[in-house]
Amino acid sequence: MKPKRTTLAAVLKTTLIYIELIVVAVIVIYPLMWIVGSSFGSSKGLANASPIPADTTWNNYINLFRNTDFPVWYMNTLKVAAANMVFGVLLSTLGAYAFSRFKFKGKKASLLTILILQMFPTFLTAIAVYMLFLNFGLLDSLTGLTIVGVAAQLPYNIWLLKGYIDNISLSFDEAALIDGASRTQIFIRIIMPLASPMLTFVAVLQFAAPWMDFILPRLLISSEEKKTVAIGLYSMISDQTRNEFTLFAAGSVIVAIPIAILYIVLQKYLINGLTAGGDKG
Amino acid sequence: MNQSQNKQTAPAWAAGVLSAIVWGGGQWLNRQYLKGLLFFLISAGGITAELTTGHYNDMSAGFRLRDNGGFFLKGLWGLVTLGTQPRKMGISGLTPGDHSIVLMANGIIALFVILILVFFYIWNIRDAVRVRRRMEESGLQHSSLQDMKQLWESMYAYIVLSPAALLTLFICVLPIVFGVLIAFTDYSRSNTPPTKLVHWVGFDNFVTVTQVFSWMHTFLNVLLWTFVWAILATITTYFFGFFQAVLLNNPAVKFKKLWRSIYILPWAVPAMISALVFKSMFNGQFGPISQFLLDKGFTDERIYWFTDPSHVSLARILALLINLWLGFPYFMALIGGTLTTVSDSYYEAARMDGATSSQTFWRITFPIVYRATAPLLMLSFVSNFNNFGVIYFLTEGGPANPNYNFAGNTDLLITWLYKLTLDNRLYNMGAVMSIIVFLIVASFSLLNLRKSKSLEEL
Repeated sequence: MKPKRTTLAAVLKTTLIYIELIVVAVIVIYPLMWIVGSSFGSSKGLANASPIPADTTWNNYINLFRNTDFPVWYMNTLKVAAANMVFGVLLSTLGAYAFSRFKFKGKKASLLTILILQMFPTFLTAIAVYMLFLNFGLLDSLTGLTIVGVAAQLPYNIWLLKGYIDNISLSFDEAALIDGASRTQIFIRIIMPLASPMLTFVAVLQFAAPWMDFILPRLLISSEEKKTVAIGLYSMISDQTRNEFTLFAAGSVIVAIPIAILYIVLQKYLINGLTAGGDKG
Repeated sequence: MNQSQNKQTAPAWAAGVLSAIVWGGGQWLNRQYLKGLLFFLISAGGITAELTTGHYNDMSAGFRLRDNGGFFLKGLWGLVTLGTQPRKMGISGLTPGDHSIVLMANGIIALFVILILVFFYIWNIRDAVRVRRRMEESGLQHSSLQDMKQLWESMYAYIVLSPAALLTLFICVLPIVFGVLIAFTDYSRSNTPPTKLVHWVGFDNFVTVTQVFSWMHTFLNVLLWTFVWAILATITTYFFGFFQAVLLNNPAVKFKKLWRSIYILPWAVPAMISALVFKSMFNGQFGPISQFLLDKGFTDERIYWFTDPSHVSLARILALLINLWLGFPYFMALIGGTLTTVSDSYYEAARMDGATSSQTFWRITFPIVYRATAPLLMLSFVSNFNNFGVIYFLTEGGPANPNYNFAGNTDLLITWLYKLTLDNRLYNMGAVMSIIVFLIVASFSLLNLRKSKSLEEL
């Protein structure tokens, strides 16, 4: 081992690294600070928005809950996100398990198909989904929104999870088979627990997706009481006649904070999940 | 067992023929009553669906598909004709007419269900023949339950996959078929059902795109910018994320977890919100950045970042920079994770040989990380190619370009498609563009996949 020496060059290098880290941190945080600050601003317009408002007030938050449908939008999105997470994880794990552990006719073809399906632009299918839901009475319903949300992410999730399950040693399955476990038992008792880092990753992605999804709810949801936060927030600032930037800021803060906390708390799993996905592709 | 052998007089093909005439008939002959009943019920279900959805009780004017057909027959009729009678304003209000698009959608659904039924039909015949043949050869009589248990075992993968497959079929594949078919019709804002009928027009829309200069001009320019955008957006986020991950990996850096938590924020905050925040910050008239530059005397007048047609590249560069803000944490997290898997022994060996830190990086770190992340780099390219959110919420495609057909200077193909289909209701042109976009993206990705050899591992 070399003795630790603090040379001038090393100090300079460390200082430079810290300067870079701080500069980037400021650039990352400033827009977020600005939106938080604006949410406490007393005036409505964009022109007066600032990271440190002159006189802070909770009015925007109070307004958001008293005078808008924000609580309804929030609950709607929460429901969709939760359902999206449960069914998305369940269906994609089942699919990935089948693709990873069994040899069957048409396996390669179906894997290729789901890969290709992902490359179709959403709009090509948007009108069709609309028509389909019109037929089945799923238009303007949160159930319909969830079904499309789960289906849209399925191909990507199956590929991601398949790569991960491929890396779980087959010897676990074989040992369980010898003990007389059925394949469903193997799936629930062995594959699901061992794949849990990746399942967490997929679950977070599935939970976060409806909070930012704009196109599908815009197309499928029409009534005010079924709107999701993405549509509701957008309507606050997209309308030229309505200048409710500070209200929008307050709503954004309430949406963004839980998801940001989720990402920060689970970052270990996210990184594990990403890395495993990268290994196999 | 002997007893059953004596009675087997009918040959295998007879069981097949019987199943072909009446679903489950062959299974009945094979004494697999339960299985026969199940097959029969499937066919009965199909016929019931057709009869109950049609109007077969009222055929006084003879049988006409339009009026009497049920789910299947009328569905197919609608898919072929797209309707024959538009809704008209009569003396007593609107007359009932055909809605071409609903007919097309129903037709595709009917077609899909028919294909599934045909699959079961063929299975029913083959099963009858196979079981019969086995009985002749071995003389063994299996009960339906034994057979189905065996089926459960051998079909386990399919059974596990079926929920995902059905969902994909109806929510992904069926709409794509529909979308592709729209490209061959004249469905647009000047021709909307139910007061007008949509017609099949063959390749006319494709001919329009390639022959009318304004369409081709817009398409090629938007395509070019989309490629530039996708390549630059992927490279900038990848390398900056890489840089940040390497810096954080430096042993001199304290509080790694804190730094990482800060940098992960742009990834964690919903992208729509961040994009809208940036849009407001860079708002030309009221935005704080313009105001700040003006107040400090850097500029004489306000800068209209996203709407000034004389500064097209300003809007484009800014969009790329904001995309960098949004996108680098993903690669930082990914590469940070990969870096921990690189063995220390490589670096020790390099240190012994007296390699400089830039040599170590380019010869060891970069190749290893690149190999591990290349497939995701390709996925990132595809998602940047179709990055709707950033452009739509940030610039709305602006600055406007009067020489383009319904597109602005920062519009990507995907936002242009959105404007064509949902804002301007040129459904048929939107569908044509979608097909072209798909062909480009798919061929590009498949080429890459081939190169990365991940296809062979399937």
